Amino acid sequence: MSRKFRVLINSTYCKACELCVAVCPKSVLAVGRSTTSKGIHCAETVAPDSCIGCKACSDICPEAAIEIRVEGDGQDRK
Amino acid sequence: MEEKAIYSRPDSLTDRPMHYCPGCGHGTVHKLIAEVVDEMGIREKTIGIAPVGCAVLAYFYMRFDVMEAAHGRTPAVATGVKRVLPDKLVFSYQGDGDLAAIGMAETIHAANRGENISVVFINNAVYGMTGGQMAPTTLTGQKTATSPGGRLVETMGPPVKMCELLNTLDRPYHIERVALDGPAGVRKARKAIRTIFEAQRDGKGYGFVEVLSPCPTYQRCTPVESLKFVGNDMAATFPLGLFRRGGERIDA
Repeated sequence: MSRKFRVLINSTYCKACELCVAVCPKSVLAVGRSTTSKGIHCAETVAPDSCIGCKACSDICPEAAIEIRVEGDGQDRK
Repeated sequence: MEEKAIYSRPDSLTDRPMHYCPGCGHGTVHKLIAEVVDEMGIREKTIGIAPVGCAVLAYFYMRFDVMEAAHGRTPAVATGVKRVLPDKLVFSYQGDGDLAAIGMAETIHAANRGENISVVFINNAVYGMTGGQMAPTTLTGQKTATSPGGRLVETMGPPVKMCELLNTLDRPYHIERVALDGPAGVRKARKAIRTIFEAQRDGKGYGFVEVLSPCPTYQRCTPVESLKFVGNDMAATFPLGLFRRGGERIDA
C-alpha cells in the first residue's frame, strides 16, 4: 500500500519565493491564487495525493515554513 | 489514521519570521544549523557568533546563545569564547564581506592557529545589506552597484577563493565548499555543517564550510534563477567539494 503524505505550508513564514514549487518532482505544490495578509501568494498544495515524501520542498525552503506529515508512525522513513 | 511529521521546523529556530528577502540562502543555512544542533542535542552547549551584514540579526532566529561581534571580528570573538568555555560548541557565522574583506586577517589567523571553532561562510558573491556592492568574491564580469560594467580583473582583481586560500595553511582540520543550488546541495551543506560541528565537539580543530548561496535581490534574478546562478556560474569559479579532511589536504 502506498503511504499518504501531507505537505503543510505555514503562511506566517512563506514569502512566496516559489523554490518549493520549482523543485517538487511531482508538481504537488503551486503558487496560491489567494493573497495573504502580507500581500503575497503563498505556496499551496494542489495535488496532495501525488506527494512521495521526498522532502525536496522542505529542504529547499529558506523559511522552514514547510511541514511534511505521513500517515502511521513514519518509523521506516526519516 | 494517526499522522506523524517526517519534517517540521527545527526546535532550535525561534518562531519569529526571518527578515531576509524571499529566496535568500541565509534562511536556509540558519535552518540547517538549527537542524544539526537539534540532531546532535547540543542546544544548551551551542554559542553562535553573528556577523555584521544581512545576518546581523541572526540572534533573533536561533534558540540558543548568540553573540554579536564587531564587523569581521567574529573569529576573534569565537576564539575568546571557545578558550574560556572549551566545553561549549562555538561557531562563527559570516558573510563574504565580513569574512573575506574586513575580517580577512582574523579569518586567516584563526585558521592558522587551528582554533577549535567552526566557521560557516555564506558566499553570495555580493554585499547584500549595504545595497549590492562588489564583494571580494564577486565573479569576474558580474555587475554590481560598484562594478556597473562588470568586475574587471585588471582593475579589481579576480574573486578571492577562501577555501583554496585557507588550504595553504597547515592547521585547519576540515575545509569544504558546498552550494545551495537545489535540495541535494542543501543536504550536502547540512552534512558538511554537521561534520565541522562534530569535529569541534571531538576536539579536532578548525572547521570551515563555505556555502555558495543565493541572493536573488542583488544577483539580480528570481529565486529560482538564483539557484542556477549558484549552481552554474558561481560553482564554475568556486569549485565544490572537499579541500581538507581530517587535517589532510585532498588533491584536486
